Amino acid sequence: MGNRGKLTVICGHYGCGKTNLTLNLALNKAKEGRQVTVVDLDIVNPYFRSSEYRELLKRYGVRLIAPVFAGTTLDTPTLPPEIYSIFESEDPVFLDAGGDDAGAVALGGLFEQFSQREYEMLYVINRYRILSQTPGENAQLLREIEAASRLRATGVVNNSHLGVETTLSTVLSALPFAEETAKLCMLPLCYSTIPNFAIEEGAALPKGLLPVERYVKFSWED
Amino acid sequence: MKVLMKGNEALAQAAISAGCRHFFGYPITPQTELAAYMSKQMPKIGGTYLQAESEIAAINMVLGASAAGIRAMTSSSSPGISLKGEGISYMAGSDLPAVIINVQRGGPGLGGIQPSQADYWQATKALGHGDFQILVFAPSTVQEMVDLVSKAFDKADEYRMPAMILADGMLGQMMEPVSLPEEGEKKLPEKPWAASGHQGKRTHNIINSLYLTPDKLEALVRERYARYETVKEKEQLCEEYLTDDADLILVAYGASSRVVRSAVNKAREKGLKAGLIRPITLWPFPVNALQKAASHAKAMLAVEMSMGQMVDDVRLAINCKLPVHFYGRTGGMIPTPAQVLEQIEKLI
Repeated sequence: MGNRGKLTVICGHYGCGKTNLTLNLALNKAKEGRQVTVVDLDIVNPYFRSSEYRELLKRYGVRLIAPVFAGTTLDTPTLPPEIYSIFESEDPVFLDAGGDDAGAVALGGLFEQFSQREYEMLYVINRYRILSQTPGENAQLLREIEAASRLRATGVVNNSHLGVETTLSTVLSALPFAEETAKLCMLPLCYSTIPNFAIEEGAALPKGLLPVERYVKFSWED
Repeated sequence: MKVLMKGNEALAQAAISAGCRHFFGYPITPQTELAAYMSKQMPKIGGTYLQAESEIAAINMVLGASAAGIRAMTSSSSPGISLKGEGISYMAGSDLPAVIINVQRGGPGLGGIQPSQADYWQATKALGHGDFQILVFAPSTVQEMVDLVSKAFDKADEYRMPAMILADGMLGQMMEPVSLPEEGEKKLPEKPWAASGHQGKRTHNIINSLYLTPDKLEALVRERYARYETVKEKEQLCEEYLTDDADLILVAYGASSRVVRSAVNKAREKGLKAGLIRPITLWPFPVNALQKAASHAKAMLAVEMSMGQMVDDVRLAINCKLPVHFYGRTGGMIPTPAQVLEQIEKLI
């Protein structure tokens, strides 16, 4: 995934795990010593979003660009002008879009800038997420997201999980769904994720699994 | 197969599974996904989703639907629930069942949009004018949201009174795996009192809350209160966690009970005998379990996301037999397990 200067947009059904994936991708790059930027483009929902992880990102030297009033409980959909700096960046930038087509609208406003840059747009899917459990539902949702964002997805990321109840079998049994969805969307399946805690010691993992850390947690979890 | 759902979506789907086909709502953060889910799903199953012109209109539509004998629901968040107070009082005065969801946010006034439990008094004591109570259920997981919506509809019908699910922004927004009930036509209770058309076969039913003759109104209210006594006797629900040998009983419901459970676990690791009573019904309040615990514990600690509301009911439940302490955060703040543990350490 060498995307020097590349813009990576993470989009999908709300609740499919975009923010957790964004945090993983960004922190992985940061750990390689890169200057990484995360953009919280979610101006739709004020809960469970990238900007809540400001401290975590800061610890790894990741720059965060967030909606102007994020975290203040003021519900205003306003993005800062700083966002235009990402199109000049030579370093990796990850954009965490809001859920569904509604959340992807903010991307559409940046269409002019995107059209002059190379970007990848990862479409995140989760077989266990209600209302996006079939390849058909996911293909339809992707069309809506692409229309709202005026961007084209470049690949599918299978992020099928059941929260803390995810096991190796949860992940494995979603693989055929992921392949079928990618085929229906006419996109490559980039990889499937597996939470670190679900990896069983000694178990052979199939190719194409990306281990991910569970960063998006509840405040009462240990 | 389990599915991953947001609390708000789970509340909506559970209502559909419970036979609710009429939803009247109005958007407000942090419950909007519930209405959004209904707007997508209701048309697919021949149900009615209607975004009303206001919260007051929505609750009165629920009143009308319920009077016609069908299962109806509305949802909102704190400021919107205040607006519904008038309609809820009219429903209580008309002996009408329905389910009302409150995904609480910080108050008073417009307050904030982060989670809160500061509507406890409103839900259990003052949801509108007049002598009345409503059933109040307090889920603490997304699965329990599913289970309690179904129960709320059943109990509302059984006792002919409104029922509320008192959730909060955290529960509404968080995502957890859930098992949904089997789809299928649920057999709903007969409602011979409903104003659903007598077709010339019986005298017509009247649904009304206006009684200008004082002795008649008093008799009606007394009959209702006799019913409330049955509810108090039969419907108290709570979960007890490590209470048997506990010196300190923590009392918490909803999202704050999740924090308290973590704190109790940490306390036990340190050898401190803490336990948790988690009310699942807030009205009727689980008085029996608290009284039982008061016979062996040394103190109680109520933890709430408010300035201290349920704590009064804890004191009343045990007749102030033990010292009852309070710890709370408010305004959208959620206590952390470490903060609650600190309180436990002070008290044991």
